Amino acid sequence: MGEAHITVRNLTMAYGSFVLMRDLDFTVDRGDVFIIMGGSGCGKSTLLRHLIGLIQPAKGEIWYGDHNFTAAEPEEREAMLRRFGVLYQSGALWSSMTLAENIGLPLGEFTDLSPKEIREVASLKLALVGLKGFEDYFPSQISGGMQKRAGLARAMALDPEVLFFDEPSAGLDPISSHLLDQLILELRDSLGATVVVVTHELASIFAIGSNSVFLDPGTKTMIASGPPRELLAHHDDPRVQEFLRRGEKG
Amino acid sequence: MSSASVDTERAGATLHLRIGGSWDLEAGIPTLDSFAAELGKGPTDRVALVGDDLGAWDSSLLTYLVRLDALCAQSQLEVDRSGLPEGVRRLLALAEAVPERSGARGDAVDEPLLARIGPATLTSRDAGREMIAFVGEATLSFGRLFTGSARFRRSDLLVFIQQAGAEALPIVTLISFLVGLILAFVGAVQLQQFGASIYVADLVGIAMVREMGAMMTGIVMAGRTGAAYAAQLGSMKVTQEIDALRTMGIAPLDFLVLPRMIALAIMMPLLCLYADVVGILGGAAVGIGMLDLSPTAYYLQTNAAVTVGHLVGGIFKASVYGVLIALAGCLRGMQSGNSSSAVGEATTNAVVTSIVAIIVACGIFAVLFYVLGI
Repeated sequence: MGEAHITVRNLTMAYGSFVLMRDLDFTVDRGDVFIIMGGSGCGKSTLLRHLIGLIQPAKGEIWYGDHNFTAAEPEEREAMLRRFGVLYQSGALWSSMTLAENIGLPLGEFTDLSPKEIREVASLKLALVGLKGFEDYFPSQISGGMQKRAGLARAMALDPEVLFFDEPSAGLDPISSHLLDQLILELRDSLGATVVVVTHELASIFAIGSNSVFLDPGTKTMIASGPPRELLAHHDDPRVQEFLRRGEKG
Repeated sequence: MSSASVDTERAGATLHLRIGGSWDLEAGIPTLDSFAAELGKGPTDRVALVGDDLGAWDSSLLTYLVRLDALCAQSQLEVDRSGLPEGVRRLLALAEAVPERSGARGDAVDEPLLARIGPATLTSRDAGREMIAFVGEATLSFGRLFTGSARFRRSDLLVFIQQAGAEALPIVTLISFLVGLILAFVGAVQLQQFGASIYVADLVGIAMVREMGAMMTGIVMAGRTGAAYAAQLGSMKVTQEIDALRTMGIAPLDFLVLPRMIALAIMMPLLCLYADVVGILGGAAVGIGMLDLSPTAYYLQTNAAVTVGHLVGGIFKASVYGVLIALAGCLRGMQSGNSSSAVGEATTNAVVTSIVAIIVACGIFAVLFYVLGI
């Protein structure tokens, strides 16, 4: 059992009076690649938005180490947010900026590096995701897969402790998806970061997931947690089996 | 842990670089000056990196090592990274794993003036053609409307009429009242000198009904509705909604542009009529409140000055301006690129095009009305 990095306690997610998920309790260990899985519309991305503070929980708490993120004062919260890197489903690159500027923006905001140094760090981040030489390209000038990788480079700009990925494989061909999975693992191993991935791609789940939680929209709560391969081998809930076995049949 | 440190130690032709301390981007990136100075002190053919004293590290260390690599490559020195922590070695290997794609880094070429004028001229020609083609297609679309074959939702048309009509009333009221007020003030200062204050009513009445009512409404609607049309269509282009219409065999021009043009063509004359009245009231506020004219005298003077010809001319202009605004907004929206910044550009272009078109049309009308004696 590793050191707990993210602890979700009794979390209820709701839009107004509509409860999406309740009683979520799980822990993400430091250095884990933690998968949030479940069918479409079950609230995976909403859970991710709670974890990164874009939505306040209706009930419950989210802790990072021994810091209560949910109850943190704005300043403490901002400092915690700086330790997160998020790759959004569409890449979410700022279209009016070049790739180097996209990566350089947080560096310029939160460090005292000179513009030349910022450019160097941006080039390094782009090289890490295989986009060396694309510093002066605008997002509209590169492919969707490259935008995803550039989004990852931006997510890594401030050397985050936790990397969040929202459907990283969405819109990618199997080869690009596999390469992105390998990149996620490589970054986890070399940076020692904790990685949280929202996905329903079985290939990715089994390739990179060291731990997971399964959300069920029917009961509006999590019905399974543990390493994906163990859930496949031992979990007896038919909904979990049906979800995880699709890959075997297909 | 102490801050980032780099110490050198020479052993024959090998330079040992001891990298230690805590490396943090927020503390900056050390320079290569001391290393370069040490290189100059004696013959070196190998640089061995030692990270035994290394504490926490981040991208600042990696950036430093990338710089070091580049310098060593220039001096043709072998770099031994085996003394670095595994994570650092793996990340450096990852950064080098994919070579730079040839041609990815576009070289900036300073082209001569003529070489820049040529493509710019061709682009302008293409833009002109595109504009003419769009106007032609819009005309055909209007033709389909009259033959009953144009496909669009009537409910959309009603929404556009509401947006371009009733929802525009507050801003049109404010601007028209103020324009009437300003015209009256400007006139009053001059006319008072000749004891001809009553002619402020003529000035405001004729100016509002003949020119300013239509033009100011046009400019307000260009900024308000024309820009909205460009933004709506531009966003639809980004989200491929326009492609979806095309693939279903529905002409985007009929479905998206036509109802917007009809809405503005219907509402602009009504708004113009409303703006005329409000502008005259603005002038009356100055005439009655400041020049001590009686309401009856102001009304009678205005009534005598403004003719049906002025009124019809102004309303006709407003209709034309409405079509121009709708065309410019929709054209720029349909021409928008596929990014959020492109939508912003399309919106700006729509407003600029609309206002230019309105002013040019206003000039043409002025000459035309003069020739026709209206």
